[in-house]
Amino acid sequence: MRRFIRAALFAAALLAGSPALAEDAAVSIDNFTFSPAEITVAAGTKITWTNNDDIPHTVVDADDPKAWKSPPLDTGDAWARVFDKPGTYHYFCSLHSHMQGTVVVR
Amino acid sequence: MDEMHDQPEIERDEEGGPTRRGLLKCMAWAGAGVIWTVSGGIPSSQLLGIGGAEAATKPAGTFSFMQLSDSHIGFSNAPNMDVNGTLQEAVDLVNKQKKGAALLIHTGDVSQLSKDAQFDTADQIIRGAKLDTYYVPGEHDVLVDEGKSFFERFTPRSPTGWYSFDQDGVHFVALNNVQDLKPGGLGNLGAAQLEWLGKDLAGRAPSTPIIVFAHIPLWTVSQQWGWGTDDAAQVMAMLRPFGSVTVLNGHIHQVMQKIEGNVAFHTARSTAFPQPAPGTAPSPGPIKDLPPGQLKSTLGIAKITRVQLSSPLAIVDTPLGA
Repeated sequence: MRRFIRAALFAAALLAGSPALAEDAAVSIDNFTFSPAEITVAAGTKITWTNNDDIPHTVVDADDPKAWKSPPLDTGDAWARVFDKPGTYHYFCSLHSHMQGTVVVR
Repeated sequence: MDEMHDQPEIERDEEGGPTRRGLLKCMAWAGAGVIWTVSGGIPSSQLLGIGGAEAATKPAGTFSFMQLSDSHIGFSNAPNMDVNGTLQEAVDLVNKQKKGAALLIHTGDVSQLSKDAQFDTADQIIRGAKLDTYYVPGEHDVLVDEGKSFFERFTPRSPTGWYSFDQDGVHFVALNNVQDLKPGGLGNLGAAQLEWLGKDLAGRAPSTPIIVFAHIPLWTVSQQWGWGTDDAAQVMAMLRPFGSVTVLNGHIHQVMQKIEGNVAFHTARSTAFPQPAPGTAPSPGPIKDLPPGQLKSTLGIAKITRVQLSSPLAIVDTPLGA
């Protein structure tokens, strides 16, 4: 929730015309679930995924799996990507394809 | 059901299912491992166990093979800090039980992270079984290079991980359902593999016993946990003409089975760690809080035996040109 509030503040800052300085955001992987499942960030935000499961996972663009994907993330591994362009990005775990998440970049 | 007329007769009840006697035999699952007997197309089971059960006596004229699954070499977490050790123990058990076994299959997740050193360790331990070994990949085995290093080492005759072969009149089909998974979907075979399978099965006598093995179950064990294969229905349609079909899978680290018409589905235990029954835990991750000393009772191997009885299924007809 804190991330959402932070993201909202940035969105507000953008609207106010202030220079947007994107902060980092984080998604946690626990119990075969991306948390939060949907995250909204300002353009330029670096999002870091951290795998807290005992089983490896990946973070892969769902619309075009070749566009971007993380290496396999073992227990405790993290991987980050900067989202520069506004839009809605769906992603999934290519090992456990029922695991899905969304990044909304404003 | 019209195509049933072309099949050899199978002992069935009034609803077309296998006989009660056959089913009762199938309900004897327990313990750490399983000897699975296919008698006239109806599988039954006997117990094996890591930690000591004796081999069941092998009736004369039988064909059998062994199954290992989900070794996850490289995994080092609760409840198993020594997956090399438990794989070695499983191979020791194979050696104890393998009398008369023609071959060994491994139904995937050989490694935890597709690393060469993990493949190498698994390879060396499994070679200790001294049986021809046929592999299919699990999703953990194809994490890098689209599985190239796994295929080169474990399926050298097939760069795709799917292939078939014949042994003692039984047709074995190895399938790869762990790549190009679709977001929100289950296991995936894909059009190219289905086309190959159609050609592979074409022209085979319906009385040929078919063994299909793949990592992810070819029946939907749990939609929520992704334990199933999206295009399995197409495979089942292709297998419908055959009188005796056995589908062997891994992936879910527990024994489950079901019989549907002429098809018996079975999943094997892992040699590394157990996973929860569907819906009994927040996620399909390893069961970590096992009582002390309980780990090995959750691991195991399988032995599959086809008993040549005087049933129609023991007769293998092959048309000319097949």
